[in-house]
Amino acid sequence: MTKFNIFSLIKNSLSYHENWEQHWRSPEPKKEYDIVIVGGGGHGLATAYYLASEFGITNVAVLEKGWIGGGNTGRNTTIIRSNYMWDESAKIYEHSLKLFEGLSQELNYNIMFSQRGVLNLAHNVHDLQEMSRRGTAIKLNGIDTTFLNPEQIKEKVPLINLNGRYPILGGLFQPRAGSARHDAVAWGYARSADKLGVDIIQNCEVQGFDIKNGKVQGVKTTRGNIKTKKVGIVCAGHSSVIADMAGFNLPLETVPLQALVSEPIKPVLDTVVMSNAVHVYLSQSDKGELVIGAGTDEFVSYSQRGSFDVIEHIMPPIIELFPFTSRLRQLRQWGGMTDCTTDRSPIISKTPVDGIMINCGWGTGGFKATAGSGNVFASSLAKGEMHPIAQPFSIDRHYDGYLIDEAAAAGVAH
Amino acid sequence: MTQKNRLPKGGRINRQKELSFKYDGKNYIGYDGDTLASALLANDVHLVGRSFKYHRPRGIMSAGVEEPNALVQLETGEYGEPNTRATQLELYNNLTAKSQNCFPSVKYDIGAFNRLISRFIPAGFYYKTFMPNMKGWMFFEKFIRRTAGLGKSTGLPDPDHYARKTVYCDVLVAGGGPAGLVSALNAGKTGARVILMDEQNEMGGWGLTSPNMQIDGKKAIDWISDMLSKIAKLDNVQVVPRCSVIGYFDYNFLTAVERVTDHLGAGNGGSKPRQRFWRIRAKQVILAQGALERPMLFAENDKPGVMMSSSIRTYINRFGVLAGDNIVITTNNDTAYFSALDALNAGAKVTIIDIRKDLKSDLLEKVNEKGITVHKNSAIVNVKGAHRVKAVEMMKLSDDGKSCIGEKREISCNLVGMSSGWTPTVHLYSQARGKLKWDEQRTMFIPDSCQQNVQCVGGCNGTMDMSDTLNESAVSGVKAGKLSGNKSVSATKHKAVSHTEQPPRNLWIIPGEKPITRDRKHFHDFQNDATVTDILLAGREGYLSVEHLKRYTTTGMATDQGKTSNINALAIMAEYRGLTIPEVGTTTFRPPYSTTTIGAIAGEAVGELFEQDRRTPMDAWHKSHDAVYEPVGDWSRARYYPKNGEDMYEAVQRETLATRTSVGVMDGSTLGKIDIRGKDAGKFLDLVYTNVFSSLKSGFCRYGLMLNEHGMVWDDGVTARISENHYHMTTTTGGAGRVYEWLEELHQTEWPEMEVFITSVTEQYAVATLNGPNSAKVLSKICKDIDLDNEAFPFMTFRNGTISGIPATVYRISFTGELSYEINVPARYGLQLWQEIIKAGKEYDICPYGTETMHVLRAEKGFIIVGQDTDGTLTPMDLGMNWIVSKKKPDFIGKRSFARIDTSRQGRKQFVGLLTDDKNIILPEGAHIIESKSIEPHVNMLGHVTSSYMSPNCGHSIALALIEDGFNLKGKKVNVATIEGKVYSASVVDTVFFDKEGKRING
Repeated sequence: MTKFNIFSLIKNSLSYHENWEQHWRSPEPKKEYDIVIVGGGGHGLATAYYLASEFGITNVAVLEKGWIGGGNTGRNTTIIRSNYMWDESAKIYEHSLKLFEGLSQELNYNIMFSQRGVLNLAHNVHDLQEMSRRGTAIKLNGIDTTFLNPEQIKEKVPLINLNGRYPILGGLFQPRAGSARHDAVAWGYARSADKLGVDIIQNCEVQGFDIKNGKVQGVKTTRGNIKTKKVGIVCAGHSSVIADMAGFNLPLETVPLQALVSEPIKPVLDTVVMSNAVHVYLSQSDKGELVIGAGTDEFVSYSQRGSFDVIEHIMPPIIELFPFTSRLRQLRQWGGMTDCTTDRSPIISKTPVDGIMINCGWGTGGFKATAGSGNVFASSLAKGEMHPIAQPFSIDRHYDGYLIDEAAAAGVAH
Repeated sequence: MTQKNRLPKGGRINRQKELSFKYDGKNYIGYDGDTLASALLANDVHLVGRSFKYHRPRGIMSAGVEEPNALVQLETGEYGEPNTRATQLELYNNLTAKSQNCFPSVKYDIGAFNRLISRFIPAGFYYKTFMPNMKGWMFFEKFIRRTAGLGKSTGLPDPDHYARKTVYCDVLVAGGGPAGLVSALNAGKTGARVILMDEQNEMGGWGLTSPNMQIDGKKAIDWISDMLSKIAKLDNVQVVPRCSVIGYFDYNFLTAVERVTDHLGAGNGGSKPRQRFWRIRAKQVILAQGALERPMLFAENDKPGVMMSSSIRTYINRFGVLAGDNIVITTNNDTAYFSALDALNAGAKVTIIDIRKDLKSDLLEKVNEKGITVHKNSAIVNVKGAHRVKAVEMMKLSDDGKSCIGEKREISCNLVGMSSGWTPTVHLYSQARGKLKWDEQRTMFIPDSCQQNVQCVGGCNGTMDMSDTLNESAVSGVKAGKLSGNKSVSATKHKAVSHTEQPPRNLWIIPGEKPITRDRKHFHDFQNDATVTDILLAGREGYLSVEHLKRYTTTGMATDQGKTSNINALAIMAEYRGLTIPEVGTTTFRPPYSTTTIGAIAGEAVGELFEQDRRTPMDAWHKSHDAVYEPVGDWSRARYYPKNGEDMYEAVQRETLATRTSVGVMDGSTLGKIDIRGKDAGKFLDLVYTNVFSSLKSGFCRYGLMLNEHGMVWDDGVTARISENHYHMTTTTGGAGRVYEWLEELHQTEWPEMEVFITSVTEQYAVATLNGPNSAKVLSKICKDIDLDNEAFPFMTFRNGTISGIPATVYRISFTGELSYEINVPARYGLQLWQEIIKAGKEYDICPYGTETMHVLRAEKGFIIVGQDTDGTLTPMDLGMNWIVSKKKPDFIGKRSFARIDTSRQGRKQFVGLLTDDKNIILPEGAHIIESKSIEPHVNMLGHVTSSYMSPNCGHSIALALIEDGFNLKGKKVNVATIEGKVYSASVVDTVFFDKEGKRING
């Protein structure tokens, strides 16, 4: 694998960029693999990469129905943060953030992780109470966080409107959080995994499983049957469809989530700004586009697009908080399918089928977990036992009630 | 001032009305009817901007929505706007605009340094470098961010206002060219309600570009006005110019944006909105959006002065502008010949470079006759000139078209027109989930099938012949009218002068002097500076799928969304992979079709109309008594009433003491109120509350807890039984809407068989709550018809009566532990009630108090506030409220979850009181109870402080907390850590701090 750096770039420039290697192969599927990963998104590719790099398991295939990184990996708003309140969440998201911090170097592929910080806003007393609780918990978990008063917020985000319909009373800021180039995360993992021997097989749709006596024996695909004793299902919005093929149900609802970007403009916003009360989720990409997270549709759907009213309803809050956005133009909108659990926490778990593990339920916030999720899932697949960080995220919690309720933790107004 | 390139006659401009405008600091004159682009070209200004990545000089390339280059910074100050397409910007008097993405000027741009290093920065170069470490990337990123972006935002609030409109129609026709006009006329004749929209300032589309084409025996330009007058006679057809249909969603829901007053100039819109956003539900849709010309990918094809060949024609015929007088037109098809002829007629010298080998067209003879030289089987290999085309260099093509051969010839010129075929505007069709098929002969994706009620006509349908277009449009118009339930009529018949097209030669890459990877740049996506070699590099590196290609090279991601680049990029990738174009696939067309003002989408829902600031009927009194407010959900509630310069702490201490000493009054109008009626109302409430309401006697009240399906508390409140089949429920202020929707959902989806009627009545009643030992005395002064004796009117009952003549319902319930009356009156009497109470209470020093004092008073009694003391993870048992959970009821929401292992286990987080060792320390809410005495990362967290106040009635600070196994910790010490890193010691106690025996409830 050609090492990427300024020297190889110059060297290849001199040969008119005619000699760059392909970043990953397009191999034919083999008859048998030690482990098959279903789903070539960021989480699946990360899983494959860590299986090869940390556990030396390289006879691995990643099966992707379409093209790698084409689902939610390429459709999110690219935010990475770990400011979660519950210990279980804090552990996995922080694990992920730490991996992201060294990922460009580890993969030798610039994923452009930029720690420009994430700012959560408080608009009322209840928000402040909740923020104090969350902030204290985050700090006690050893994760960076600072409380900012309105003046400090204005300094950091000069174009924000502090005195709108819902005045800004304070904010919680995570300096190490930020954004990354989402596609590059998938491509970087793919390139390194491929180099270590993993077969990334695109345009290969899984159509069923060969299961005998409750044990998985292989995977049936549009490109033939593949034998394997271990399968990791990592396919987000399609998880319940794939699980159904393996004969079990998942406590998931798949709903479309939308996002949009403005036309590119010169830098106006250096950090990521989030407000639950006013429903704003905004950052500016390196290209200059304002990246705006919209909401989910209220109905279940597998179509990768959402309803217009969701887009329509995100505009007034954006203008309320950032009045200058009114004269900008929307460039593009798109949707992804989010697999939501009842407690808005993921499922990383064994399944009723021996040999099949599943990693899903990341819902509306999976991108930030890509590295950590792939890492602990790889460990779980390699060892046959769930990684300690993954253990609380078992499917069983939906039966025994041990929920990690990030939805509830967002709090409600009194 | 002369307009050098303005023709002496012709065009749709009003030469009587001169408009002055300023571009890059220089003054120019244009005419009414110009776009900024046509006015600049009239003044011989071609160089208008710098490209995104390499900062190459760029000129005006098109005459419409597809423009990738001519994006300008329009106006300054609050009306300023970045990235405006000069080709769509109608000129108005005193317009001011600047070129973008260049410093210090468009001619001398520092960013052009990137051109020097362009060899080192191909597609995706940033993935391969700038990564010594995290800090390193963030260092480089700063510079990248500054050079990226296009125009500048004003950073100021928008002075304009916008409107939204929702309409229903039988037939929506998108596009007002010849096809659209015929469609609308025919649909209109069926009697259908038709809306015809076009993004231009006038209808006519392609007809305005080719005004002399013969249609139905007339010149196109006359035929158009003929059609428009026929349409104008139909009352059922609405014609909307300056309106772009931009989105096509499910069930024929479409969006459009109308530029109502933009053309009048900044700030001249008067009372009219700047833009209007249309939401349209159409029974039938006809897409008549035409087709867009494709650029030809020869070396240096991005120089200012290189434009689409059809645009040259548009500028001549529509604006009376000949953008250059020495023109080279290069093409692979016939359409460019018409541009050549029009340019010649307008007085230009024209040379044609046709990449086709064997030409036997009547057109060829025609242009030869006129003295135009046609170089066959030839191609441009270089364009000379820095800020404007000076000449092209031309060579012969090899047989396979893969290389150039023979002598290089230079042809001097000041304008180049290019055409590489046409792309039907199938964006909306694709948004509608219509499937496309590839027409190899004509190299275009054309509509195939769609589940929605939509038809495509004309260029949009791949129908390039005018007669065919008009007749297919007529039939489609009639069909759409009929399918939307109107009468059948016969379609109009049309005949236009036809031209038999010679087949095009499809060379997606025009070869240069050197092999493509070593040649000068051949751009395919102009705004994003994506070149042919970028596509080849993506292919070489394995980014083979269209989506990978798009993301790796950024092709199609610019503000024009790939309108001119898409097919070229697909074709080159297909060629690289040895596949057909449909095998490579097409990317998804996403809304909006053209970029749309965010303010327009928001419409009127901004500023004061953003979200209502809800106020209670007593608000005038609070305001005039200097209340400090607190936002609670949508409401603004009085938080406290400071006197004599008190701060919140002092005011709340005074209010808290005064209420327990004598009497206090609070505005409780925001409390959620839901009226529940029907013969199954009791049964319904039994299922949504943990305790029993069907057994409640009329005239009595009961406190209830609502759980979610996980058995967790999510709302509470007192519900009274008014009569056998009638209950009055109260909820938390913030929960009112949520609870109401939940009850409706339950009724409609879970228990539709029940006879229950649920009505939100929150705003119907104003509520004043009297609290304190003297509350009965105050009330008795103004309420003579209710016996307030404790036995006659016991706790947890209600009575109807009158208060100073106002009909009222008085509830004896208490959120303070004091003798308390909650007085409900019709909302319109709220202020009067409040004033009567204040007057009557004067002799007892009645103290109005706000939400903060309410919090302290209830905390002294250990009453929970849902959402503050609970967080959706607590059962009634965790709150020590086992008494409220019915053991007898067969079912209620949440009951089944009590059987879960985690829900029923010992040692869960439990609700307790905390007393700090130092009575003056008020713990911060949100502080955490930790296992050790000092803070170290990953210290075990046992719970947190939910409520914390100084209690003047206890003479001690008090706190409520959730702690693991809290009930068993009572009497023990715990450590409480704050966000600042301090640790306090506190004792775990009972949650009731004051009046533990509950004696004060009866005064």
